[in-house]
Amino acid sequence: MPQTLFEKIWSRHVIVEREDGTCLLSIDRHLCHEGSFHAFDKLERENRVIRRPDLTIGIADHYVSTKAPELGNEEHELRVPIEKLTANTKKAGIQLYGIGTPEQGIVHVTGPEQGLTLPGIILVCGDSHTATHGALGCLAFGIGASEVAHVLATQTLWQEKPKTMRINIDGELATGVVAKDIILHLISVIGANGATGYMIEYAGSTVKNLSVEGRMTMCNMSIEAGGRAGMIAPDEKTFKYLKDRKHSPKNGNWDLAVTDWKTLFSDADAVFDKEINIKASNIAPSLTWGNSPEEALPVTGKIPDPKNESDVSRREALEFTLQYMGLNPGTSLKDIEVDRVFIGSCTNSRIEDLRAAAEIARGRMTQVPAIVVPGSAMIKKQAEDEGLAQIFIDAGFDWRATGCSMCVGMNGDLTPPGERCASTSNRNFKGRQGPGSRTHLMSPAMAAAAAIMGRITDIRELEPVDL
Amino acid sequence: MMEAFKKLDSTAASLQVANIDTDQIIPARFLKTPRSTNHGEFLFHDIRRNASGELDPNFILNTPENRSTQILVADTNFGCGSSRESAVYALFDAGIRCVIAPSFGDIFYNNSIKNGLLPIALDRNTIEDIWQILNTANNTRIEVDLENQTIHLPNGQNFHFQIDPFRKQTLIEGLDDIDLTLKYRQLIEDHETSNAAARPWIATIS
Repeated sequence: MPQTLFEKIWSRHVIVEREDGTCLLSIDRHLCHEGSFHAFDKLERENRVIRRPDLTIGIADHYVSTKAPELGNEEHELRVPIEKLTANTKKAGIQLYGIGTPEQGIVHVTGPEQGLTLPGIILVCGDSHTATHGALGCLAFGIGASEVAHVLATQTLWQEKPKTMRINIDGELATGVVAKDIILHLISVIGANGATGYMIEYAGSTVKNLSVEGRMTMCNMSIEAGGRAGMIAPDEKTFKYLKDRKHSPKNGNWDLAVTDWKTLFSDADAVFDKEINIKASNIAPSLTWGNSPEEALPVTGKIPDPKNESDVSRREALEFTLQYMGLNPGTSLKDIEVDRVFIGSCTNSRIEDLRAAAEIARGRMTQVPAIVVPGSAMIKKQAEDEGLAQIFIDAGFDWRATGCSMCVGMNGDLTPPGERCASTSNRNFKGRQGPGSRTHLMSPAMAAAAAIMGRITDIRELEPVDL
Repeated sequence: MMEAFKKLDSTAASLQVANIDTDQIIPARFLKTPRSTNHGEFLFHDIRRNASGELDPNFILNTPENRSTQILVADTNFGCGSSRESAVYALFDAGIRCVIAPSFGDIFYNNSIKNGLLPIALDRNTIEDIWQILNTANNTRIEVDLENQTIHLPNGQNFHFQIDPFRKQTLIEGLDDIDLTLKYRQLIEDHETSNAAARPWIATIS
């Protein structure tokens, strides 16, 4: 019987299947971060043992200061969750990539980068952007604290089998259009709950042609469409990406693994519960204007007018959003001035993202405060070696240490109330980047251009500079 | 052991805004708080206050009649976004035991079940009818019967709701599924052994 990629991976992991279809799944890899203290506390209260500490890795990212990562420099209240992670992992015998280690970074950047993420596995993490890892052809999804505790205590999870959705994206991308634009466009088409209850597989020639980094950007935002997981069949690019990573299979195991990974694709006649087709040529450089990731438009667009909304509750919601965002109906997106810029997060902080932003920054000057936060210590070093860091610094950007930073509003990096931030992160929720913050999501190049021009800018219209 | 959920009879508050994400349910700055702290005071912390930090009298849960309500009737995609289980702690500690909405964020839905809070998905037309009833008469009570998977409105209307048998069981019994899972320990170990033989590169983190 033909199987989808998802079904192939799922079936390998079923330990028990109940009559109602709920399955007990084995979990191959578990990544935890500072927020996992709730789960460790629960296990402590219940006097439980951590069953397979060798399959979990701890990584400090959410509460890490990007200005002064060394613990001694931080406010006490932000140190506590970081110190708890250190203590909990130490006590349990879990390997930790803590502050100052060469492997440290944002959990969804570090996982793939260190070869913890592998095709065919099930990987979980107490963070909703865990779908990122699916870009390497595994089943990866975010879980809450109780499920983190369940994984630590049993190395398994009870899961209802989700429905499957394939999103086929085909054709050539236009100049200036990147993975972030694809996913923003997609969410605006299917809605913030368009994939709720589904496992997404991204397929088609456009996806095939994306780099592994670009695929991660796409899978990362699956949750913003409601999909708990997003995945892409592994291919030669995936294998090349994983070869010789710290935790990738070595020696004889590498060949065995690649042979196995080559069987991980959806069979030609596999059936999905839903299929969606998107034409790459319909996608423009895009950004969000509202407080849900589905509220995205091409950069050439205008702020929608509530008067055109016939449904009363939708009209009121739109008016409320525009009030919160400080925007007027009919305004061209390109006329919106920004107060600051954030380039970073598990969505867009990889080397390719920094190269794209640096390309725009080279030889120009920022007009508003702008920070660049590399996704890991390794990427930071690579960007410094490649000269990208110097380009940013010369252009007036603040070059920071790695961490979740201004995506998550809990580590000191905040957008002040009422300020407007052009951001490469994944959520434009009310207050996400700090109370009263106004977020516009976009690609790294678009964010860099916003920093240079002080307003939303179509990167295709940027005047060249003499270098 | 979590609190069991069998039946509930409570007033209900309508929260007619779509895409209420978990950042709105509990802002990130409160997430470092241990579970032992009352999270109820963090519930909807920023959206229930006006610019000067005062409680907004128009926010539904700030009205006197809704102070002790145990049911929230919300809109599409309630609890979308971040996996923070603190969002459920905040609802639970504020006394909410049931959220009825057209759809939920998947992770929020799971987190709710694990904490004795029942999420009920009904079609949006039904939700609109319930809002209308709640908005026209104060102190309208809703009865929720998990065993029979029904909710009863005072006007005599009954609605059936879906929940998978496993989650239903854990809620009704207040069951911690870790204990249940550990009964399968031998099967888990056997699975790991055969998996390690078939795919040795996964057996442990090298």
